[in-house]
Amino acid sequence: MASQISQDTIIRIEGVSKKFGRLQAVDNVSMEIKRGEFFALVGPSGCGKTTLLRLLAGFETPDAGRILIEGRDMTGVTANHRPVNMLFQSYAIFPHMNVETNVSYGLKIARRPRDEIMARTEEALGLVKLSGYEKSHPDELSGGQRQRVALARALVMRPAVLLLDEPLSALDAKLREAMQLEMVHLQKTVGITFLIVTHDQSEALSMAGRIAVMHQGSVRQIAPPGELYEAPNCRFVADFIGKINLFEGTARPADQPGRVRVHTEKLGILELQGDAEGSVTLAVRPEKIIISHEPGGLEGQISLHGTVMDIAYFGGHSKLFIDIGAGQPLMAEITNSNRNGGPRVAPGDRVRCGWRAVDTLLLTE
Amino acid sequence: MRFPGTPIGPLDYHRRLPLRLILISSLIFLYLPILTLVAFSFNDSRRNIVWHGFTLKYYQKAFADSELMLAFGNSLSIALFSTLISTVLGTMAGYLLWRFRFGGKTALEGTLAMPIVIPEICMGVAMMAFVARIGWPQDLPWPLNLSAITAAHIAFCFPFAAIVIRARMESFNRQLAEAARDLGATEFQTFRDVVAPHMKPGIVAGALLGFTLSLDDFVITFFTSGPNSITFPVKIYSMVRFSVTPEVNAASTILIILTVALTAIALRIQRRYPIAGV
Repeated sequence: MASQISQDTIIRIEGVSKKFGRLQAVDNVSMEIKRGEFFALVGPSGCGKTTLLRLLAGFETPDAGRILIEGRDMTGVTANHRPVNMLFQSYAIFPHMNVETNVSYGLKIARRPRDEIMARTEEALGLVKLSGYEKSHPDELSGGQRQRVALARALVMRPAVLLLDEPLSALDAKLREAMQLEMVHLQKTVGITFLIVTHDQSEALSMAGRIAVMHQGSVRQIAPPGELYEAPNCRFVADFIGKINLFEGTARPADQPGRVRVHTEKLGILELQGDAEGSVTLAVRPEKIIISHEPGGLEGQISLHGTVMDIAYFGGHSKLFIDIGAGQPLMAEITNSNRNGGPRVAPGDRVRCGWRAVDTLLLTE
Repeated sequence: MRFPGTPIGPLDYHRRLPLRLILISSLIFLYLPILTLVAFSFNDSRRNIVWHGFTLKYYQKAFADSELMLAFGNSLSIALFSTLISTVLGTMAGYLLWRFRFGGKTALEGTLAMPIVIPEICMGVAMMAFVARIGWPQDLPWPLNLSAITAAHIAFCFPFAAIVIRARMESFNRQLAEAARDLGATEFQTFRDVVAPHMKPGIVAGALLGFTLSLDDFVITFFTSGPNSITFPVKIYSMVRFSVTPEVNAASTILIILTVALTAIALRIQRRYPIAGV
C-alpha cells in the first residue's frame, strides 16, 4: 500500500498557527499530504481540524507558518485562486440555479469554452451518477443527491486536492455507509487527492489511507488506520480511535534490556516489551480479550477475574462490561459467530478475561 | 373537500363567528373609506355627500389642473430618485453589516435606525433648519428644485431598505458565498451571482417601502418644500383646506391604482424567487 503512494508531496503545511481571540484553534501544525492520497483529519469538535481545512481553502489566513500546495506558497493567495476545491458541510448548492448551472459555475467563471463546459459538466454528473438530473432544481433533490451535486461541482474543476468538510454528517446511517464506499471508489477513479475532515473516527478508519489525529489544535499522530488503531502513540489517540481499556501504572526498567516492569493496581506487575520509566498507561482493545468460564490463566496471558455486569447486543458482536473491582468496568467484545449457540455469557456470570501480553499497549504520554 | 356540518377544526379560525365579525369589521374600517373615496371620484356633484350619478369629468378636471399635475409629477420624480438612491445605499449598508466585522458596528446599526425612530416632525424641522443653514439653493430649474426634498426622503427611506436587506441576509447561508469564492469567483462575482439573488426579495421590498413612504410623505416634505417644489400630498393638503373637491378624489384614486399596481408587480417579482437558504 505504502509503496503505491507516490512520494510526491501535494500539500505541505509548515508550522501553521491560527488564533481566534484567545482560542488557539491551530497550534504549530506541520504535515505533508501526498499526491493521490485519501487523507483524513480527525478529532473531537473544537480540535482545529475544520480551521485547518479552511486555512487550506483560503477562507482563513494563518497567524504563523505557511502552506504550500503543489509546491506553491499560498501566502496571500485568495480562495478563488487556489488549486483546491471544497465540499461544504451544508453542500452549499446555489438554490437559484439548477443542477447543470451549479456544476458548470466554476468553469463559466474560469471562462472555459462552451463545448468544454458542456462536456466536463456532463462527465462530472456521470461520475456522481446524476446524469438526467441536469435541469432539476436543488429543492427537488434529496440530501444524498444534493451532496452528489456538490461533489460534481467541485470535481468538475479538477482540483489538485478536494477538501471535504464533514461531508457525510447530514446523511442517515445507511446512506452514509454507502456514500463512504462510493467516495473511496470515486477517489480511486478520478485520482484526485482527497482531504476529509470528520469527527467520526470509524468513518476515517474505513475511508482514509492515512489519518491525522488532532487534539487542542495540534496533531497527535499521523499514521495509516491499522497503525493508528493497533499502535497509538499516546493515551489520547488510543482513547479517541476505537474503544479501549486503560490501566494506570508505574514503570521501571526490567533486568533484561528492552523490557519494562509495569506495576498497576488491577493487573499487578507485568513485564512488557518497551522502554519507559515513571507513570505509564497500559491499554488493551476490547476485542483482544478472550472471555472464558474456566478459571486459571494461560502461558503468556494476562488474566483477570470479574463479574459480567451488562451485555450490549449489536447483532454481529456483543459488548460485555465486566466488573473487575474498583474503577471503570472492563470492556470486552465477543463475536456472535454461532447462530444457535445461544448466549455464551449472561449478566452475573463469573468469568475470566485474558489477553496476550503482546496485545497490551504501553503508553507513556 | 369540506362538507356542511363538518365539525370546526382547531385551526379553522375563519369558521368561528366572533372571529368572523372581527375580520369583517376590520375590513370595513380599513377599506370602506378608500372605497368611498374611489366611488365619489365618479360622483356627478360638487359635494362629497350625496350620490348624483356617474361622471368622469373630475378626472378630466384633475388632469387639466396643471398645478395638481405638476405636484403629481414632482412626487413621482422625488419618489423615483429617492427610491433609486436609497435602495442602492440600503443594499450597500445591508451588505456591509452582514459581510464585515469592524469596530463600532453595533453603533452604526443603531444610528441607521435613528431616522425611523425619530418623530417625523423633528426630522422635518431638522431638515428645514439644515437646508436653510447651508443655504441650499431654492430656485433651480426642474428637477434640481426637488433636490432638497429628495435628499430628505433618501435620509428617511434608506434606513428602511438597509434594515429589510440586513434582515434578509440573516437567512443567507455563508457557505454559499464561500462556495462561489472556492469555485473561482471574485468578491464582485460572488455578490452578483450568489448574494444578490438571495437579497433580491429584500431589495424589492426595501425599494417598494421606500417608494410608498416617499410618495405619501407629508410632514418632512412640508418643511423642506419651497413654493416651486410642491408635492402631491402637500398640494392636496392645500386644496383640502378650501374644500374636499371630487378632483382630489380623482387624483387620489389614480395614486391608489398606481401603488396597487406597483405592489402587484413587486409581489410577482418576489414570487419568482422563492429562495430558501438551501
